[in-house]
Amino acid sequence: MAKARTPKKTPIRVLIAKPGLDGHDRGAKVVARALRDAGMEVIYAGLRQTPEEIVRAALEEDVDIIGLSILSGAHMALFPRILVLLKEHKAANIPVFAGGIIPDEDARRLKKAGIRAIFGPGTSLEEIVSTARTLAHHPA
Amino acid sequence: MTAAARLPAAARAIVDGDRRVLARTITAVENGDPSADRVVRSLYARSGRAPVVGLTGPLGVGKSSLVNALVGRLRDLGQTVGVIGVDPSSPFTGGSVLGDRIRLERRADDTGVFFRSMASRGAAGGVAAATREVSRLLDAAGFDVILVETVGSGQVDVAIRDIASTSIVVVVPHLGDEVQTLKAGLFEIADIFCVNKVDLPGAELAKRDLAELVTLGGRGDGWAPPIVGTSTVEPCGIDELWEDVLAHEKFLDASGERTRGERKRLSSEIVGLARDRVGRELTQRLEKDPALRRLLDEVVARTIDPRTAADRLVTGSPRTR
Repeated sequence: MAKARTPKKTPIRVLIAKPGLDGHDRGAKVVARALRDAGMEVIYAGLRQTPEEIVRAALEEDVDIIGLSILSGAHMALFPRILVLLKEHKAANIPVFAGGIIPDEDARRLKKAGIRAIFGPGTSLEEIVSTARTLAHHPA
Repeated sequence: MTAAARLPAAARAIVDGDRRVLARTITAVENGDPSADRVVRSLYARSGRAPVVGLTGPLGVGKSSLVNALVGRLRDLGQTVGVIGVDPSSPFTGGSVLGDRIRLERRADDTGVFFRSMASRGAAGGVAAATREVSRLLDAAGFDVILVETVGSGQVDVAIRDIASTSIVVVVPHLGDEVQTLKAGLFEIADIFCVNKVDLPGAELAKRDLAELVTLGGRGDGWAPPIVGTSTVEPCGIDELWEDVLAHEKFLDASGERTRGERKRLSSEIVGLARDRVGRELTQRLEKDPALRRLLDEVVARTIDPRTAADRLVTGSPRTR
């Protein structure tokens, strides 16, 4: 059951989730909407998700890509945990991107750990959409 | 050699509880990917076991919250649950935001629940083209109960009827007066009426209007749809709702309606699949037929009409009537 996707014909499936305890989901919703308008199927998992819940949702929904939004500052604890869990479930090939308030130094370390793209404040929706599309078509 | 031994590897994995293979097969079915074909065919014999309970009703009446409440109730009863939540695809971009999962209570380590969001992908009627086959996959995977939440429905979105063994129509107070309940479509398919948000004013009136509708009868199968009030804010009525589902499932068996209904549904499914196949093959053949070009010239020149051209293409000769 290899994922042979003919681009355009079958929609990209994306999971958008907010790990951790902050309640600011405006950004996640705006991104979800932009990805929808780009023709993707966005599974919006919502607020206050644990890494376990996020990985489980990603597997059940068989998504092509995962987008995480975080503003709480807990990214250094939560993101690597998600990557570890994906690996444990032999799903490390699912690209993960993130957005929110993430200091440059942390962003560098997270990218080294395997987060494929990190978007800070002010990133255009076009950039997020095109990066998401590229990542979805080029899993690890 | 037993039938089980002949299952394709992916089908075997699904029966053995491999969630990853199940999830990927669902994607393949949604995408019309030929790799799922043998799996779907081979698992059919293992479906038809679990009740398939449909929840439908207008947008915002609380279907997702009710699904979550029912999942909780079923887990308390020790039952495993497969859930399909359908949301609409954009008719403009094909994209969608699938938000049914958001109400699902967090059960990260509970393997007794499998939740799959599904976009309608242009299908009318409130479910996706793949919903029926995916519900069979969940059935074959061994879930005790399958819940299907439709797109927020309009008055004619009744496709859940072709999939569910029990259809719950969910409404809320103040959706309209009793004349609304007389209108054709959605209210005709209810095996159970659920008045959700029963804590809001107007709930009694809504129930009364539905009760009047039910007393008018007219279903012809002897089942009188019960009306149950529920709330998921101050949880109430969920146990009764599930009891009503069980009562209806029992009725289906006792009355012979299950077999009758199933024969009808399967007949239309088979005819539909055959029609799709014949249509596809015919289209391919006709588009390659050199006669098409000649006939097209004549139709453009208005020497023959499109209906006559179609007749000649299919029968090879003009058709007189």
